[in-house]
Amino acid sequence: MSFPWAKAYQPKSGLMRWIDERLPLPRLVFNSIGGGYEVPRNLNYMWNFAVLAGFALMLQIVTGIILAMHYAPAGTLAFQSVEHIMRNVNQGWLLRYAHANGASFFFIVTYIHIFRGLYYGSYKAPRELVWMLGVVILLLMMATAFMGYVLPWGQMSFWGAKVITGLFGAIPLVGEPIQTWLLGGFAPDNAALNRFFSLHYLLPFVIAGVVILHIWALHIPGSNNPTGVDIKSPRDTLPFHPYYTAKDGFGLGVFLIIYAAVTFYAPNYLGHADNYIPANALSTPAHIVPEWYFWPFYAILRAFTVDFILPAKLWGVLAMFAAILLLFFLPWIDRSPVRSGNYRPTFQKFFWILVADVLVLGWVGGLPAEEPYVMISQLATMYYFAHFLIILPILSATERTLPLPSSIADSVLHGQQAESQPYGTTPRPAAAE
Amino acid sequence: MVRLIAFLVGLGFCFIAGFSLITGAITYLTEPHEESVEHKFHLEPRDIAYSFDGPFGKYNDQQLQRGFQVYKEVCASCHSLSLVSFRNLSEIGYGEPEVKAIANQWQIEVPSIDPKTGEASSRKAIPADAFPSPYPNETAARAGNNNALPPDLSLMAKARHGGSAYIASLLTGYRDPATYKNEKGEALPAEIRPGQGLHFNPYFPNLNIAMPPPIAADGQVTYADGTAATRDQMAKDVSAFLAWTAEPRLENRHRTGLAVLIFLLISTVLAYMAYQNIWAGAKQPPARGDGDDDYASGHGHPPTTGQKHL
Repeated sequence: MSFPWAKAYQPKSGLMRWIDERLPLPRLVFNSIGGGYEVPRNLNYMWNFAVLAGFALMLQIVTGIILAMHYAPAGTLAFQSVEHIMRNVNQGWLLRYAHANGASFFFIVTYIHIFRGLYYGSYKAPRELVWMLGVVILLLMMATAFMGYVLPWGQMSFWGAKVITGLFGAIPLVGEPIQTWLLGGFAPDNAALNRFFSLHYLLPFVIAGVVILHIWALHIPGSNNPTGVDIKSPRDTLPFHPYYTAKDGFGLGVFLIIYAAVTFYAPNYLGHADNYIPANALSTPAHIVPEWYFWPFYAILRAFTVDFILPAKLWGVLAMFAAILLLFFLPWIDRSPVRSGNYRPTFQKFFWILVADVLVLGWVGGLPAEEPYVMISQLATMYYFAHFLIILPILSATERTLPLPSSIADSVLHGQQAESQPYGTTPRPAAAE
Repeated sequence: MVRLIAFLVGLGFCFIAGFSLITGAITYLTEPHEESVEHKFHLEPRDIAYSFDGPFGKYNDQQLQRGFQVYKEVCASCHSLSLVSFRNLSEIGYGEPEVKAIANQWQIEVPSIDPKTGEASSRKAIPADAFPSPYPNETAARAGNNNALPPDLSLMAKARHGGSAYIASLLTGYRDPATYKNEKGEALPAEIRPGQGLHFNPYFPNLNIAMPPPIAADGQVTYADGTAATRDQMAKDVSAFLAWTAEPRLENRHRTGLAVLIFLLISTVLAYMAYQNIWAGAKQPPARGDGDDDYASGHGHPPTTGQKHL
């Protein structure tokens, strides 16, 4: 869908008209990310992160395809082939560091993108499918990143694969056969490495496909905005190009500076030293941890330490999966008609507690399972579930929200500095009748 | 319905996590928790400054050559360096004839086959060969080292927390377990004193390392460049050499990174200026009133200054 006032595509030359009549691809681009897509005029920098995530996906695919030309997915060769890339392939070190850190930065921007959606209520009607497709993308990203981390076949690769596939072993009765089936053996080995490589190459393209659905579903109602108020008139919007292409260009620059600084000057900071030791099934590392972007979920997994009807390990696995899967139901859990957190003072406070809570989970998830960190992870896990499953339903029924602006334009223009400020907190200019 | 189920599931997870928390807290409060001995006596690597630290860091070829000499004369008798080839030595300042000579005179020969009979044999190394392992296989390596396996050193500086500083600290960190005291003045408990074939070293994660002190005395190596071979100097040189073996493309990385960052900074400033320029009109309040009815009825473009700016 497009807003009736959106500019229509006009071929600029005879050639473009000829193409447009046969394959209207330029028209599609114009209408989806060009001058023909009308976007709320009040989007803040938090709306830059979707484009950054898309860019990170492209970066991972391009660097990954070239790395795959030099990589050998076999237990005896994988580690050496990665070192071959680092030492002998022209600029191979750059490709590998760009890919490894690219994964981290993909997760950073995606997590910010998700929290933006949580704060501004972007998951609410009519964008439920946009949100759910986003959760699908997150799950695919996690699977892809996990399998990618196994490929260098270092100690953490091997033991991480063993621990994570071991989660399926927690399922009663069928758990161990499932784990053996997933790995193609009793422990990670050639069979596992080969299938992980195959899937690690496949899944990014599946992600790209779901991203297209995600954007398609988004373009039906159009983007949400910091006020959460629907677009009502042409005064509320600006064409995506040039306004948001320019803003995204600047955002991309800032992103690339931070990404390049880490990739060139601290390329191993986000990794783990043990992964420079070749995989060894006979020597268990003292402290097995996944990559940092899994730490919050790893903390939830390890927070369940008591057998209660079911074994503790199974509770941990259930909770870890529930922590992500509950996001699918969020549009129906939080029924507050107000989207943006700017107009929900109580929600706002709980939101920031959630952000701190996830950071705490990430912090304890990277530490050894020792007291008092386990107790901290248990507290944080309780809040995580309480926030989504207990607080949000109660809040959406009881919260007194602030009055909403009558339109996006009124919100933006009742004072130039007051963009996305709660309507009631800024003096109303006389013009906004 | 969804909310009711969510509420119950939430209560369930909170209850079980809370149950775990209470159980853990009771154990934590009732059972005495003692710091592990490793924790009490383990030392973090010393602070050591290297020429390759920081964004402009470069390797010092003189130092790497000294470090290589230490590797050759001390470490190579037990430790392999399988990811590095003799030809790579040209990157740290050795000329081609020197590289050939080093390969040719290397104390360990490269496994090969007899060209006539096909039987296993060995030949002298050439620059294209990786450094040959001192042992034919792991079993032989363990047999020669009291059942401990000397690890390959190629990636050691990246495979240990603390990197080069850890290696240098470890090499000079051997202490007498009988007289050693930690910062708090506590002596090492008798039960964790090193057993047969182990050596006390507080920089090693579990305190007892199988490797005997490799750098035993000043002057163990006679440096070709005349530098005084103190124990600290040798440890620092060989740890710098191992930083190079682990990350041979570091200088290239630092150089490329600088160029990339300068390029990105300029581009980002330009992108910011373009952004400000394009948005200059859109950030002003649009002309109000007269146009409002126009677009409500669906014809005509809104009279925002943003669009006018185009």
